[in-house]
Amino acid sequence: MALGASVLLAGCGRTQNALAPESHQSRDIASLFWWMMGGAWIGLGVVVGLLVWSWKRRRRRGFGADTEGPKPGERAGWVVVLGAGVALPIVVLATLFVIADVLVIRTTQAPAKTATRLTIRVIGHQWWWEVRYPGTRAVTANEIHIPVRTPVRVQVTTADVIHSFWVPQLNRKIDAIPERTNVEELYADAPGVYRGQCAEFCGLQHAHMGVYVIADPPAAFHRWLAREGRPAAAPSRALAARGRRLFLGGACSSCHTIRGTGASGEVGPDLTHVAARTTLAALAIPNRRADLARWIANAQHAKPGNQMPDLRLTGSQVGALVAYLQGLR
Amino acid sequence: MAVVEAPESPAAAERLDRLEQIWRSRPGLLGWLTTTDHKRVGLLYLWTTLAFFAAGGAESLLIRTQLAQPNSHVVSPSTFDELFSMHGITMIFFFIIPMTTGAFGNYLLPLMIGARDMAFPRMNALSYWIFLASGIFLYTSLGLGMAPNAGWFDYVPLASRAFDPGRNVDFYCLGIIFNSIASTLTAAQFIVTIFKSRAPGMSLNRLPLFCYAQLAAAFGLLFALPPLSADTIFLFLDRNVGTHFFDVALGGKSLLWQHLFWIFGHPEVYILIVPAFGIATSIIPAFTQRKLVAFPLVGIAELLVVFIGFGVWAHHMFATGLPTISLVFFAAATAMVVIPSTIQVFAWCMSFVTGTPQFKTPLLFIAGFIFMFVTGGLTGIMFMAIPFDQQVTDTYFVIAHFHYIIFGAAVFPIFGGLYYWFPKVTGKLYLERPGQLSFWIVFVGTNLLFFPMHIVGLLGMPRRQYTYPDGLGWTSYNLAETIGGFLTAAGILLLLGNLVYSYRKGADAGSDPWHGPTLEWATTSPPPEYNFPVVPKVTSAYANWDRDDREEDRRRLAEGLFVLEQGHEQVEVSAVDARLSDVVPMPHESPWPPLLAASLALVFSMLLLRKFGVAGVMAVLCVLTLVGWHSREPAEQ
Repeated sequence: MALGASVLLAGCGRTQNALAPESHQSRDIASLFWWMMGGAWIGLGVVVGLLVWSWKRRRRRGFGADTEGPKPGERAGWVVVLGAGVALPIVVLATLFVIADVLVIRTTQAPAKTATRLTIRVIGHQWWWEVRYPGTRAVTANEIHIPVRTPVRVQVTTADVIHSFWVPQLNRKIDAIPERTNVEELYADAPGVYRGQCAEFCGLQHAHMGVYVIADPPAAFHRWLAREGRPAAAPSRALAARGRRLFLGGACSSCHTIRGTGASGEVGPDLTHVAARTTLAALAIPNRRADLARWIANAQHAKPGNQMPDLRLTGSQVGALVAYLQGLR
Repeated sequence: MAVVEAPESPAAAERLDRLEQIWRSRPGLLGWLTTTDHKRVGLLYLWTTLAFFAAGGAESLLIRTQLAQPNSHVVSPSTFDELFSMHGITMIFFFIIPMTTGAFGNYLLPLMIGARDMAFPRMNALSYWIFLASGIFLYTSLGLGMAPNAGWFDYVPLASRAFDPGRNVDFYCLGIIFNSIASTLTAAQFIVTIFKSRAPGMSLNRLPLFCYAQLAAAFGLLFALPPLSADTIFLFLDRNVGTHFFDVALGGKSLLWQHLFWIFGHPEVYILIVPAFGIATSIIPAFTQRKLVAFPLVGIAELLVVFIGFGVWAHHMFATGLPTISLVFFAAATAMVVIPSTIQVFAWCMSFVTGTPQFKTPLLFIAGFIFMFVTGGLTGIMFMAIPFDQQVTDTYFVIAHFHYIIFGAAVFPIFGGLYYWFPKVTGKLYLERPGQLSFWIVFVGTNLLFFPMHIVGLLGMPRRQYTYPDGLGWTSYNLAETIGGFLTAAGILLLLGNLVYSYRKGADAGSDPWHGPTLEWATTSPPPEYNFPVVPKVTSAYANWDRDDREEDRRRLAEGLFVLEQGHEQVEVSAVDARLSDVVPMPHESPWPPLLAASLALVFSMLLLRKFGVAGVMAVLCVLTLVGWHSREPAEQ
């Protein structure tokens, strides 16, 4: 199926693997996990060992011999229960508590206001991410550019229901909650594209609410940010110009903003530089001509339930809109 | 019908006859509708909860079928949301709680404490009928295509009317409130029964661990349900009356829902598994033929785990951005709740080691339960590491964790318990080899189903998504999980098939095939309506192993002591020492419990339709039913 193939391409080569860390926060969490998992296997091994040992001893005495009189092994039982059931867990849990909740937590909790130079605002919507760069005019969606090896402060909130912002290779998740703005740090060791996803059930298309964090070298990032802050270029070709007229005159502009034009809707993503993004519909489909055309013609097919209505456009209208949007670099 | 022992004297035979006259229940369907016999109520609970188990299981298989492959379209996104919401609600509120308390608790509690019935038999019947009505009420929503669709924990604002305008969430709110009434009645009933209706001599230190577990769960329910009721009432009012408890725009707080929900929701986990611990602590002594190691400590641990469980709720909210200081407090409490569980695990294991374990089907299920519970418990400990919790919460890692706990630590003992008490309830033996086979299929199936979920969770797969893209490394694990799901279902069908076949054709079990430790094995199988011909003598927690005391029971019957053959009555004792304080009359069968439940169902239906005036009129009907209920007190003879 075409849809299946395109979704496959959109996900290809990326990972959401929490155990493939690309930041010091995520690496701390991953090593915490590996140590805990080692401990857990030992704990499980002890219990399974006891059960297997009892199975080997099952024929030791006649069935029913122990129900009256003295209880054999009661003293040994108490020793194990108090030793392995009380004393040992207290030591292990206290150690884990100090390592995880006193030490590691320092790097994964919200950074101090002064600890970072760059602040990004991420706002969850049903079902896409709005991304703003305070202090600039730049607004984008679903693809967050950050400079590599730079602590970035991310403020997370929501425009509607509760979402959860999560890019596992970089840091823990943080909920987007209506009455508050939560903060976490994003930091990437190396340039690259890191996939993330909404982690809190947020309605019909919770499954299609992905996000990329794209870590660029600082110079490239600043070039990107400067371009993203500029208004949209006017179309040069006739078809694209027709698309622009359709966009501004039709329903599109009541929901989408294109800076530098009259389109200032706030329901859907800002499209000022939509052609520069790699995916559409929060990573549901790749941003290619054919996929964009299918999306405009019927947005309910790839992502049923999303807020973009069926606009009943003709084929030539779709073609004009695609030509216009593909020029918005 | 059943006669306890070949009576040694004509006088004893005559006494049994008289007891049978006094306690005989009405025949036929009317007998079941009006019954107050705890065993019949327990069986009604059993059939009903098994039906809900089948429904919840079918929902889970549909979910797994949809997720077997990436980008599949077996069900629509909206159907998927209804399926996982109903699966959670059904398994928690309509299967496990009513199964462990309603079915096992009702049937076994009076038998284990040597009583003739629950302390308030009519209230007991009422709780069943309300439970049934609430289940029918909730499942009507599925038939109408308006089933709850915001998950079992139903976060606002997603569940508010602005984002979920249908009746789906109203069904959720009212269904949960309705169901909670039944659970509250059960809890109050169990507490009073355990404290007041024990056989004289069964002081609290001689109370079987099964009853400790039921007591702990009952206290848990009693204190955990009010915040849930408040929460669901707030949400219902927000949606239908226009209040603003959770409306952020007008000063409400969406996190208020989460706090109230998890103040209920975490104790709930222990309410689900502690009665199952009680089943385990019944089966282990029987099949290792030794008294449980560290008995008093285990009893205390069962109570303590529920108590500490009330202080850990915010570990469900570690990603909500609460201040670090509160996160750390709740992480420390989460560490504390581990200790009562490790105490119990090692007490069970050491009982295996120092006893003479006979690995028949029930004990196999308990060994499997220990394995599953320890696995789920160890991943549970990982959640006290706040940064790790924040990484994997709301992913399949959490799904894996709590299914190891809920399926492993609650459902495995339920299966073990079904096999263990089958001879008591039916008087027949189940088939041992198919029983053991069913254990191995369920054990392999559940591990294949749930273990890969840890891995996909770590690979970044969030829960509750109706589909997922290929290429993220999730595909083959999901397929394995689906295969495991169907394997588990096959094992459960074999288990049920075994029990149905054995009920019809099984060998005669006698009254005590396992040389069981507790009093239910001291009476015939199935037990007579009056449970015991005499109030049994109790001098230890393993009363059925005290031969002299059982000898004493026979003497009492012959001499007419403690037979209570003068009326429909049972003994009442002091709460702690179980000193005989009174003999109280017991109510007879009554049509009022089902009638009251039916009129309550009308009230809830009218509330659902937002016909508040009519609901008020229906509430008057409930009051009239209560007047009828109280107008005829149990006849004193």
